[in-house]
Amino acid sequence: MPPLLQIKDLVTIFDTARGRIKAVDGVSLSIDSGETLGIVGESGCGKTMLALSIMRLIPTNGKIISGKVLFSGRDLLALSSEEMRAKRGSEIAMIFQEPMTSLNPVFRVGEQIAEAVRLHKKLPAKEAMALAGEQLREVGIPDPEKRMSDYPHQLSGGMRQRVMIAMAMSCHPQLLLADEPTTALDVTIQAQILDLISELKKKNQMTVVLISHDLGIISQEAQKIAVMYAGKMVESATAGQIFVKPLHPYTQGLIASLPARCVGVDKEQQKYLQTIPGSVPSLYNLAPGCRFYERCSYADNHCAQEEPLLEEIEQEHFAACWKSSDIQKEGKLN
Amino acid sequence: MPPSLIEIKKLYKKYSLASGILNSKKRVIPAVNNVSLQIYKGETLGLVGESGCGKSTLARLIARLEKPSSGNICFKGEDIFLYDKKALKAYRRNVQLIFQDPYSSLNPRKSAASIIKEPLTIHRIGNKNQRQESVTQLMEKVGLSREQAHRYPHEFSGGQRQRIGIARALVLKPEFIIADEPVSALDVSIQAQILNLLKDLKQDFGLTYLFISHDLNVIRHMSDRIAVMYLGQIVELAGASEIYEHPFHPYTRMLLLALPGCDPANKKRIAAITGEAGAENDRGCNFQNRCPDKRTICSEQEPVLTQIEDERFCACHLTGSI
Repeated sequence: MPPLLQIKDLVTIFDTARGRIKAVDGVSLSIDSGETLGIVGESGCGKTMLALSIMRLIPTNGKIISGKVLFSGRDLLALSSEEMRAKRGSEIAMIFQEPMTSLNPVFRVGEQIAEAVRLHKKLPAKEAMALAGEQLREVGIPDPEKRMSDYPHQLSGGMRQRVMIAMAMSCHPQLLLADEPTTALDVTIQAQILDLISELKKKNQMTVVLISHDLGIISQEAQKIAVMYAGKMVESATAGQIFVKPLHPYTQGLIASLPARCVGVDKEQQKYLQTIPGSVPSLYNLAPGCRFYERCSYADNHCAQEEPLLEEIEQEHFAACWKSSDIQKEGKLN
Repeated sequence: MPPSLIEIKKLYKKYSLASGILNSKKRVIPAVNNVSLQIYKGETLGLVGESGCGKSTLARLIARLEKPSSGNICFKGEDIFLYDKKALKAYRRNVQLIFQDPYSSLNPRKSAASIIKEPLTIHRIGNKNQRQESVTQLMEKVGLSREQAHRYPHEFSGGQRQRIGIARALVLKPEFIIADEPVSALDVSIQAQILNLLKDLKQDFGLTYLFISHDLNVIRHMSDRIAVMYLGQIVELAGASEIYEHPFHPYTRMLLLALPGCDPANKKRIAAITGEAGAENDRGCNFQNRCPDKRTICSEQEPVLTQIEDERFCACHLTGSI
């Protein structure tokens, strides 16, 4: 079976007052139907821009200059804007980090959900409203008939995110892009929302792209994980492989710098956390060579001169690092 | 047991919401509701809870940025709300804050060096050269270079800005630091750098920390003891490893259960987590609506924070029976 979504060499650029940057720089990936792909990376690594590029919703100063986004075999980048609009919301849906800013504050939540249904399914208003109520029940909002006539500000953060999910689910999309869906929420609410997404995924046989900066969340939810750094994809593998044996030094550093994440794994409180020295390079004037060069403890001359490409090191385990094969053979270097 | 630096007794802080045009009933929010707590000299006390549980209000009360509705806070045995002007100024020197957002807590029109120097000027400490000297020393201590002294906040990354905030808090040589979500706004790889720095500084300057965070992993890594807050009350207080290995209060257990692990082979079932922290109940336990172990007594009587074991406190009727 061909993958549901396949991205090939996608490059998204932005023209700003300070010059041109590549926010997404040659990213390729594929997701099979029914899978959850986790995309992890620090702020500014391009994970949100990747999702927005898939939706063709990048801000006006941005542009996709090359690559393909194949959705069920059709290139989304070749569609007309009308065709794309018909796909958005019905076949591919997206939920965002901050539910307060993505809901319209002056409309009741019921109407906002019904609008999507009305537009895509061409249903009369009354039926659309009934369906909206049904959707709210589906996402676990108590007393949905009453909540339908609430405005977004009357709901708590967790409830707002449920409304966003109800809206995204209203046309039963095949693909759901969830961009940091729980970052603004408390831990107990976060757990409930993640549970809800995976429940809906199972029920509707949906494919999910989950974007987060939190490795813990990604490890719990995703079957496949892709790590992004400064616009590039630096490692991708199954969840099992990446946590047991990360092959890129950046991924190793990310996992090691988590404070006592695995309760039971290290019971003794470590005095110091491992750190990745320095900070992410500016995309405006990138040096040649590997983007992680300055922060990497394995780096040598080769890394400074030539940029590594994403290569398959083990089966289904890709890394963009000149040292990955050595790391793979010997475990951790040094 | 080391002597206590801060002692909080029966502290209340109530905010009343202005009544609306249609809503004549005035609502009172008990942001801090009968909190008693000691912070020992030299320890790091972690304060954890979800948004709106009152942890920042408690921090503001300790920093004397707010006045309590009732109750008191003693610093080295003296009530901080009865201080005269001189004693208050000394207290402000001794107690410093580190804030969450390094973007909004630094003045954009001042250079790094003058931000760090400002507290010295306000408190009239040392002459010009001495001030300059302590700023340079401290910048080095927190990992900023001499060349960066004259740069402005926007020229620094988030982690570096947080370093400036930390240097500013330390320049008056305080004994007690309140760190209110100091790493929440930072990326993981930077977060680890700042946490390590805070640990080093604690040792070098002999500091006592009140460390506030919503992130249980960060709290565990940093703290000696941990207090869990829920809707204005402390529901559990214990040593860091005890609370993680044997949590007593159902809310603490729920928080720990909600925490994503990092082992994809070991997925947790989180169906046990229900409800949201909302309005408190008129009678009985605040947590009763979400509690999986609720009994009749929970809706009738409010549990109080009681000592269960040595240095372990819990506010739950069912402690011991579940």
